[in-house]
Amino acid sequence: MAAPFSEVEVADEPPLPTGVPLATIQGRSPWYLAGLRLRRNKVALAFGGLFIVIVLLCLAAPLWADHVAHTTPDANHITDTIDVGGTQVDIVSPDGTPIGPGLRGQYLLGADQNGRDVMVRLLYGGRTSLFIGVVSAAITTIVAVVVGLLCGYYRGWIDAILSRVMDVVWAFPVLLLGIALGTALAVGGLSLGFTTLAGDSVWIPILIIGLVYVPYMARPIRGEVLALREKEFVEAAVAQGKGSVRIMITELLPNVVSTIIVFFTLNIANDMLLESALSFLGAGVRPPSASWGTMIADGYQTIYTAPHLTIIPGLMIVLTVLSLNVFGDGLRDALDPRAKIRLEH
Amino acid sequence: MLRFVARRLTGMIAVLFAISVIVFLIFNVIPNSNPAIRIAGKNANPELIARVSADLGLDQPLWVQYLTLMKKIFTGTLTSYASAQNVTDQIWRGLPATLSLTIGAAVLWMVLAVVFGYLSAIHSGRFTDRALTILSLVGISMPVFWLAAILLYFFTFKVQLFPTSSYVPLTTDPLRWASHLILPWLTLAVLYVGFYSRVLRSNMLDVMNEDYVRTARAKGLPERQVRIRHVLRNSMIPIVTLFGLDFGAVVGGGAILTETVFNINGVGLYAGRAIGSLDLPPLVGVTIFGAFFIVFFNTVVDILYAFLDPRIRLGEAAAA
Repeated sequence: MAAPFSEVEVADEPPLPTGVPLATIQGRSPWYLAGLRLRRNKVALAFGGLFIVIVLLCLAAPLWADHVAHTTPDANHITDTIDVGGTQVDIVSPDGTPIGPGLRGQYLLGADQNGRDVMVRLLYGGRTSLFIGVVSAAITTIVAVVVGLLCGYYRGWIDAILSRVMDVVWAFPVLLLGIALGTALAVGGLSLGFTTLAGDSVWIPILIIGLVYVPYMARPIRGEVLALREKEFVEAAVAQGKGSVRIMITELLPNVVSTIIVFFTLNIANDMLLESALSFLGAGVRPPSASWGTMIADGYQTIYTAPHLTIIPGLMIVLTVLSLNVFGDGLRDALDPRAKIRLEH
Repeated sequence: MLRFVARRLTGMIAVLFAISVIVFLIFNVIPNSNPAIRIAGKNANPELIARVSADLGLDQPLWVQYLTLMKKIFTGTLTSYASAQNVTDQIWRGLPATLSLTIGAAVLWMVLAVVFGYLSAIHSGRFTDRALTILSLVGISMPVFWLAAILLYFFTFKVQLFPTSSYVPLTTDPLRWASHLILPWLTLAVLYVGFYSRVLRSNMLDVMNEDYVRTARAKGLPERQVRIRHVLRNSMIPIVTLFGLDFGAVVGGGAILTETVFNINGVGLYAGRAIGSLDLPPLVGVTIFGAFFIVFFNTVVDILYAFLDPRIRLGEAAAA
């Protein structure tokens, strides 16, 4: 199986020392072994670290805004000037071109058409993008695990119904389904009974992105559960008189955890890409909220005069998604070297 | 075989029916507001709204509305709210551009993916492999529309290597058709090159351990021949399946972003514009069109597969 960055064959365990009574050799759990394998994959670890750094930077957005840039993500400074090397420079020049990136505290990454500080907006936009990615991946995971367990454990009509529903969702292009739902919901918001989401709420793209990816994760989990439920330990649990729900939670769920972890990681990456695409087309995050996707959508209008407005948020998406993909790959190789988990687009 | 084809086709029709119901629900039930209010304009009085509702059939029960929508789709009389244009006509008009874009991109992505995947697998673990692996991971981590915007900026503006976007029909001028489409082809292909070359690489590494590959080597075939005839050919099967599904998805909506950025007048751009004006009928049309393509290609792949691999046919018969 593909191990992208660690082709070097290293034995998982050192050979058993001879002459030592077996009782003194410590047992090693699968998790410990997975940890060992992951630790050897330096590239995956480095990219995992990069992701954490990006998250921390975005969490620190208010610190940067208050103490370095002295502005807020939505404050306009069209008519202001800034001191660059002793001369006063317009933040947005009279012909509408905003100031570009430069080594300074304020406007480190330049300004946009409205004279807003791109660095500050980038950090706050990252919060939205990351939040959407993580929460929608969590929604996908929870729904997919429940569906996968129910289908795989009960089989029969529950499986038949849920599988057909997933087949139909599968038949939609993800992007098109996202656009359709995003547009339809933006018209009048969504009333869920206990609460109402306004048309411009971030929860609308979160729910959409979370739900459209469910079949892509539920199917493989269902497959695994179908195989697991035939195993002896499940039979033993039934013989002990455990109920169905307890068997699913205490016997089956722990055996699919490694699949869940890998899918969750790769899902965050995919969700962030889908969020940016939906926002770019106007069916995702809506103003006044900003995300990296909406920043590109805004910046793209003036790509020929101020390319930094398009390039910078895009680079952030690439870095974040890449770090998650590489780390997720490493996790997959470490947790289950034989597994063939793959996220489809 | 005939029975298998018939079963698949019935399945396809059932899925298409389910899709049409879902699309109908998405666009007619989920929106928390009456489209008549938006169409009637800002200073609409209740009578005008009621008249617009009646015109659009919005005062009818849901199942009547569904049947009306289906009738409109089958007779090709679905019209846009915003521009009163016929949706079917617009989709047909966009089809040549969309197919030019997607077929070209598909050829490009298959060729590049096979070359990259092959090189990666035969140099497995060495520099070429690592470089290509990182490259393909970068490829699948890039937002398509961003890549499109960046290519547009650098290659039509900074260095004026390619003409600025928009579509020139093949019949008008084949050379200009191609030169206008090179960047869009590349953009659309990148994601799939990254994805497929990784799948191919891992398939090839699996196949290389098969007994028949060892046999081929043992009987003295040149290494090149072993790699291409025995390893590559047998590793291509899953790729061909993926290709069938992805090609359907790209024609049926995956090209929206590329078409929007490069301003190619295809089906995707038509849908993209409809989003901006919250114009639902074109989206209904394009969504059903897209889903149709995907389901159609899924079915074709299934049937082709059964044709190529008798085990699948037999398995179906045994299960039935």
